[in-house]
Amino acid sequence: MTKPRPELTARREFLIGAGALAGMSLMPLAGCAKSDKLRVGLMLPYTGTYAQLGVAIENGFRLALADQDGKLGGREVEYFKVDDESNPAKATDNANEIITRDKVDVLIGTVHSGVAMGMIKVAREAGTLVLIPNAGANAATGELCSPNIFRTSFSNWQPTHPLGKVMVENGHKKAVFITWNYGAGQQAAESFSEGYTAAGGSVAKQMFVPFPNVEFQALLTEIAAIKPDAVACFFAGGGAVKFVKDYAAAGLKDKIPLYGSGFLTEGVLGAQGEAAEGLLTTLHYADSLDTPQNRAFRTAYLDAYSAQADVYAVQGYDTALLLQKALEQTGGDIGKRDAVIAAMEGAVIDSPRGQWTMSRAHNPIQDFYLRRVENGDNKVVGVAWKALEDPARGCNM
Amino acid sequence: MDTYTFLIQLLNGIQYGLLLFLVASGLTLIFGIMGVINLSHGSFYMVGAYLAWSLSQHLGSFWIALPTGIVLSVALGMLLEWLFIKHLYRRDHLQQVLLTYGLILIFSELRSILWGDDVHSVAVPALLAGSIPLTEMLSYPVYRLWLSLVCVILAGLMYYLIQHTKLGMMIRAGASNREMTQSLGINIDVLYRSVFALGVALAAFAGMIAAPVSSVFPGMGNQVLIVCFVVVVIGGIGSVKGAMAAALLIGLVDTFGKVVEVEIGGLRILPELAGMSIYVFMAIVLLWRPEGLLVRRQH
Repeated sequence: MTKPRPELTARREFLIGAGALAGMSLMPLAGCAKSDKLRVGLMLPYTGTYAQLGVAIENGFRLALADQDGKLGGREVEYFKVDDESNPAKATDNANEIITRDKVDVLIGTVHSGVAMGMIKVAREAGTLVLIPNAGANAATGELCSPNIFRTSFSNWQPTHPLGKVMVENGHKKAVFITWNYGAGQQAAESFSEGYTAAGGSVAKQMFVPFPNVEFQALLTEIAAIKPDAVACFFAGGGAVKFVKDYAAAGLKDKIPLYGSGFLTEGVLGAQGEAAEGLLTTLHYADSLDTPQNRAFRTAYLDAYSAQADVYAVQGYDTALLLQKALEQTGGDIGKRDAVIAAMEGAVIDSPRGQWTMSRAHNPIQDFYLRRVENGDNKVVGVAWKALEDPARGCNM
Repeated sequence: MDTYTFLIQLLNGIQYGLLLFLVASGLTLIFGIMGVINLSHGSFYMVGAYLAWSLSQHLGSFWIALPTGIVLSVALGMLLEWLFIKHLYRRDHLQQVLLTYGLILIFSELRSILWGDDVHSVAVPALLAGSIPLTEMLSYPVYRLWLSLVCVILAGLMYYLIQHTKLGMMIRAGASNREMTQSLGINIDVLYRSVFALGVALAAFAGMIAAPVSSVFPGMGNQVLIVCFVVVVIGGIGSVKGAMAAALLIGLVDTFGKVVEVEIGGLRILPELAGMSIYVFMAIVLLWRPEGLLVRRQH
């Protein structure tokens, strides 16, 4: 096989490009308002620590469209992707690029809360419809809430809130909360102590580890000196693996039960191994949820991507479901802004995670499950909190 | 804090400090002897941890993975020196920073291609898997104690190598005057290649033996790199002894910064600002001794 000479290909590409450009300039005359493809922007991390989360979200989104030949509300979809690298410093530029240059009809993003905040600022000014498939920053559906901004995942307030009730029910009335000292960690700590105190527990101490430091030994020693009834925590990824293993290695696991928001054991159970056995966590999803929707979803995901679906894939999937509901109502016309927003506000999503609805501030009202790690799997023990709604503080919508 | 807890925290601090020394010693060695600022040092730490993980999976034992990993990292160090680093000796630090920063990106991409972006963990070898009970609540993992012991032994070996062997003498000579050493008939290229490989192997070895306690994840190299630079700067750039002193101090400052409560004028300073403690400490040391604790006098 002979390869075309590079300069020839380059020239050919240039000519094609020039032709396309000439064609495009004629397009407005032809009038292409509705026959056009739906422009969907994906602003997600495709490199860096959260790369896998970005991929899982996109996979989930595309899977939901697979039944409709990849269409949304009967319209073909054109994707515009930008890798946000989970870098808050580039968030405004990236969001600007995808909103003003690519002129997307709807923007789906992102994973990192800091990046999401930058993105939301741009989207609020431009009025672009935004669906957040992960980032939990409370403000997105709190003081920064806006008619054009929706979230299909959770607020940071939600996952740690039900923990307190569960712990008091298990007879643990004095607890230490430990997390990383950054936005999501602080919001998790606040919501935990709110829920725990309300349930009748008392927080002996809140410990904050500098982010993203993973040297926990000093604080584990302090926990042993305080001797609380239980410890609750918020960690994810590499830090979650190390904390759970260190906690067990320090001999604390059998003496002081460890609780956490579900991110503690999402996607890292293999690495945590024996040390994670018996951990109790709360989250809006569990792989082992025994519902027809979840079974079907997991099988389809495995078939399509040869990988196990996780909570992030579910969130991406639900983002597409929500958009689908809205576009079905308007016959595929995303320009009918008020109708689209009203449809999303009223949507009831039959998700693999269970049925959920939108709150007044556009954050899911959803069940939180209590899960116990058994044989390297998050087994559902029960529902820790039915239809938990974020208080949406500061939202005047 | 009662005395017993205080002693345990002291142990925590020293243990953390010794591990820091192991990583930082390679960095300070490469700078002190070759004059190269090696930003990719953290990547070698990460490579070591991933090697420990993948080799112990393939070879079935941590104890076989360890020597194999050392051989591979020495080879990697030699290759890198031959390909890239040797062109840097006569160039200014900015170019060194640029190239070694490029290496960080390359290693992180290679890691992603070879091993993926997952978090992994390496099982503590059965021999050292136990824990020693310290209080009724707390026990201390035997592996961590072993880790400290290995660091102390390595520090001793390095001291002996540099101060009391012929190779060490050549290294010291090469560090103080490259041309003169060369004219005495010592093959400086081979010498530098060995020193660089030693530095890489030290970082990779630290990553390997830290892997069972620290889990293996993509950003681990960059995290350690910053602390290592703090250690090297406080210790006096290029001084291995200084790095030892600085690493222990940083270990203690970091540990106690997280647990001691300090209030100034009703404002809680510690542990709220624990993340800053080592940097504040560095600033204080540098105000007192701008060249670091122990600085090698070359001129």
